[in-house]
Amino acid sequence: MAVFGGRRRDDNPALPPGQYLTESFPVLSAGPTPSINTEDWEFFIHTEAGQTHRWTWDQFIALPSEDISVDIHCVTSWSKLGTGWRGVSLDTLFAEVETGFDFVMAHSYGGYTTNLPLGELLNGRAWMAYEYDGDELDPEHGGPARLLVPHLYFWKSAKWVRGLVMQSEDNPGFWEENGYNLHGDPWREERYA
Amino acid sequence: MTSRAIGWLTGNLARAHPLTASARSITFTVPGWPGNDAGQHVDVRLTAPDGYQAVRSYSIASTGTGEEIELAIDRLPDGEVSPFLVDDLELGDTVELRGPLGGWFVWRPEQTQPVQLIAGGSGVVPFIAMTRAHASAGSSVPMQLLYSLRTPDDALFRDELSQPSATARTTWHYTRTVPSGWSHSAGRLTADDLRNETLPPEQVPLTYICGPTGFVETVSHALTSLGHAADNIRTERFGGT
Amino acid sequence: MDHLDGNVLAGPSTDLFAFDPTTTQCQCQSCADIATLGQAMVYGQPMGFVARCRKCDNILIVIVERAGQKSFNMRGLRWLRIADHARNDRISAED
Repeated sequence: MAVFGGRRRDDNPALPPGQYLTESFPVLSAGPTPSINTEDWEFFIHTEAGQTHRWTWDQFIALPSEDISVDIHCVTSWSKLGTGWRGVSLDTLFAEVETGFDFVMAHSYGGYTTNLPLGELLNGRAWMAYEYDGDELDPEHGGPARLLVPHLYFWKSAKWVRGLVMQSEDNPGFWEENGYNLHGDPWREERYA
Repeated sequence: MTSRAIGWLTGNLARAHPLTASARSITFTVPGWPGNDAGQHVDVRLTAPDGYQAVRSYSIASTGTGEEIELAIDRLPDGEVSPFLVDDLELGDTVELRGPLGGWFVWRPEQTQPVQLIAGGSGVVPFIAMTRAHASAGSSVPMQLLYSLRTPDDALFRDELSQPSATARTTWHYTRTVPSGWSHSAGRLTADDLRNETLPPEQVPLTYICGPTGFVETVSHALTSLGHAADNIRTERFGGT
Repeated sequence: MDHLDGNVLAGPSTDLFAFDPTTTQCQCQSCADIATLGQAMVYGQPMGFVARCRKCDNILIVIVERAGQKSFNMRGLRWLRIADHARNDRISAED
């Protein structure tokens, strides 16, 4: 009798439970890839006081940026180790932002949303990435710029991000509203609600 | 045959044979299977010993009543389920099946519109069911197939499609390698190919297209620009795993 | 990302309806296009099935399947119309 094994789930200590290693970079999105011209691109952070901090593309890429090497983990069970990115730390983007709210809703071109706790976007744990592997970020993978929050499942690293809106409660984003976990920590296997 | 079974049924591998170097025909006995229309699909679920499950949709090559269904699976190099079904599954092994599924991408013998089928690669499988249904019903409705594939060696069901008794004519189109003496050079289907080799808009055919997403996209756009109404085009794209 | 056709929703919706929703007509909440659900464009695999309007990309239906639970969201659908085989279509106000 043949026994189905599925993709090999490794014992590699860098892999969270239930994950397998991939060398490719699978694409998963909830809709068509938007085509975004950097001349029209804008990124904003909106707070409860009604303040909106805005960056044009030129202002955004003039910010201090850093090279980032991280492991990423998709809830569909693939993990990719040592991926290389360039981007702007969320610490930099939030430097001038005053807010008393603890949660963030990320909004993307195309309408995608995902919710995150503000505390997990700060202290060097999250970026707005605009290069992957030395090249500008491919639209399929979220270009011109995407969130990169590698310590959470990769659906939290929203592609085509256009803005962050502060929220007082952890209201669910797109996948979270449809049964996925509000938080999404791969090491605790927080896949579903 | 609009009935469907509820929940997951058990399919027992009764027969299997290779179709090409990468594809295999597998026929399951499925107690409780209510029969299926031509073009319907089935979800196949595999469970690993640790509880991990994978579900994939496959078109059914067989048609009609009876508790047997035939699938034709092409092995995808990075696939998770197809290599298991093509290389590993043994006679007597069981899988879980859900279906028959889908009432949109089907052909029923009572349909009266002329039918054009256009297949890309293993997208031919639902059309095997349709040509079988067409033949066994003795339908007088015109039905023809345009089958685009990489090389002559990639053909699924060539003998069956080429039989003199086949009631649907097949036009072969090769994108990489053509047989020796073939008049048409290898290359992707063009709008000209589609104009020359498919039923024209004046005959108001119902056109079914099945294949990889890019193929379906290109062909359906070309057909609408040739003058076919979007509502006379039915598509089934298949994804990558 | 490559999308699939609405036909693929037939499997995950089997336990939800007494009929096959992929052959029913439905209207998009956003652009009022009327189409068969089988004509929708389906994204989001393998996380879930995100069926979008063929005309305007509005999300019609989201289905997320997991062991032991199925989530079904009809956020962008104005209506589904199911053909049945009833013959008598008179409505009576009296018993």
